[in-house]
Amino acid sequence: MKHLLSTLDLDAATATGLLDTAAELKATLLGREVRKLPTLRGRTVVTMFYESSTRTRVSFEVAGKWMSADVINVSAGGSSVGKGESLRDTALTLSAAGADCVILRHPASGAPQRLAEWLEGTGTGVVNAGDGMHEHPTQALLDAATLRERLGELAGRRIGIVGDVLHSRVARSNVHLLRTLGADVVLVAPPTLLPAGVEHWGVTVSHELDAELPTSDAVMMLRVQAERMHGAFFPSAREYSIAYGLNEARLRLLPEHAVVLHPGPMLRGMEIAPAVADSSRAAITQQVSNGVHVRMAVLYHLLATGGGDE
Amino acid sequence: MAPRPRGGVTGQAGEHELLSAGDVARTVARMAHQIIEKTALDAGTASAKGSAPASPASSEPPAVVLLGIPTRGAPLARRLAERIATFAGIEVPTGVLDITLYRDDLRRRPARPLESTRLPAAGIDDRLVILVDDVLYSGRTIRAALDALRDLGRPRAVQLAVLVDRGHRELPIRADYVGKNVPTARTEEVAVLLDEVDARDAVVLRRPARQAAAEEDRA
Repeated sequence: MKHLLSTLDLDAATATGLLDTAAELKATLLGREVRKLPTLRGRTVVTMFYESSTRTRVSFEVAGKWMSADVINVSAGGSSVGKGESLRDTALTLSAAGADCVILRHPASGAPQRLAEWLEGTGTGVVNAGDGMHEHPTQALLDAATLRERLGELAGRRIGIVGDVLHSRVARSNVHLLRTLGADVVLVAPPTLLPAGVEHWGVTVSHELDAELPTSDAVMMLRVQAERMHGAFFPSAREYSIAYGLNEARLRLLPEHAVVLHPGPMLRGMEIAPAVADSSRAAITQQVSNGVHVRMAVLYHLLATGGGDE
Repeated sequence: MAPRPRGGVTGQAGEHELLSAGDVARTVARMAHQIIEKTALDAGTASAKGSAPASPASSEPPAVVLLGIPTRGAPLARRLAERIATFAGIEVPTGVLDITLYRDDLRRRPARPLESTRLPAAGIDDRLVILVDDVLYSGRTIRAALDALRDLGRPRAVQLAVLVDRGHRELPIRADYVGKNVPTARTEEVAVLLDEVDARDAVVLRRPARQAAAEEDRA
């Protein structure tokens, strides 16, 4: 594994390997006073964020630092990007300056893919930390890690992904990964918030949240991405919330063991009620802490090995 | 020290059996006796037990901890603990210490899966930790284990028990308990097979096919 660009690139064995590594790393660090492993000593990881982010950037940084890598954060604002430097030149500069791995978040779908092509032959790996409306593979991995902790193996489980699927890179990455791991995925959204071609994704599509809840082992509530909406996708926030928001009444429709996930940031009162977000069924903070271990696992598989072969 | 055995040729070409299943059992038993003797395991706790037989668990936990290094060090550590319990009547806590994250050759090899590290509940602080591994070779694994231990606690002392010492050390490291010394060439491979992992007990020496063929010709 040289890059992590899409969960489509992960076969079941690789994905399970990453999740197992993450679980072992979590167990290894549990209860330790000094949370520092020497594994990536002398390796340089650069995070390049062209879009705002709290949890993803921080958890990549923590992941790198806990494994003793040198982590450098570049934001579009404080760098030469503000002077008009292209993504390609910025990336080649970082690679020339010694970056072993570039973690990229970019508003344009496909930007990490282009970056990986430009960096071909330089030995610098690329991790997609979210590109436009395309993919966010480490989010899908941390969701899968959380679901495995709560539910056990995912094969045969029924996972609902609810809300703004159209604009959601989290949904795309999750659909690919969950299907690879053998889970059944149900997308629940108003027709306006479903992407074209969704019928070829190998998932079930529904517009009725209440009908899907009793058979779901987990529901993943997606944020309504107002910043990417340049039109009217639903009549009003209130109406959306009534039809697709997870409130306490809907929580009671879920089976006893079912888990509620949210990739964050949450819009409380919109797609998820505050009482639901804070309930014991919600695994939202668990997702964040798993995010660190999953990203440690990704960096380990990318950087702590002798080259790209397997 | 140990003459290269010529007799125990097994089915596979270029593979010689150094220790049979019975030899492995006897070797582990001998190492258990050596550990009891060298660490004075029975002396210390026997007197403690004599004075306070009512609460054997709470009074002074055994000072020795056996930590196996995966893959085959882990079952070896359990076997040693089981032998020690039989011979001396003392339950020695065991654990597993995975050293993958501390290796110095990670970049030379493909990604390795991690094994879990499990320490005894009482931890390793101020204990005598005996690291257990199957084969001692370059010594790099043991150095990595010492680095890993430093992150996990502060043992009173650390000792090393190996089933086979095959020489070719690259670091100033030696074992305190050795099951069998085997002089080897670097091109050869020493494999410890354990029932828990390999479905049989044995220690075998494997030679590269070409070298084995050449020796056959000479013989």
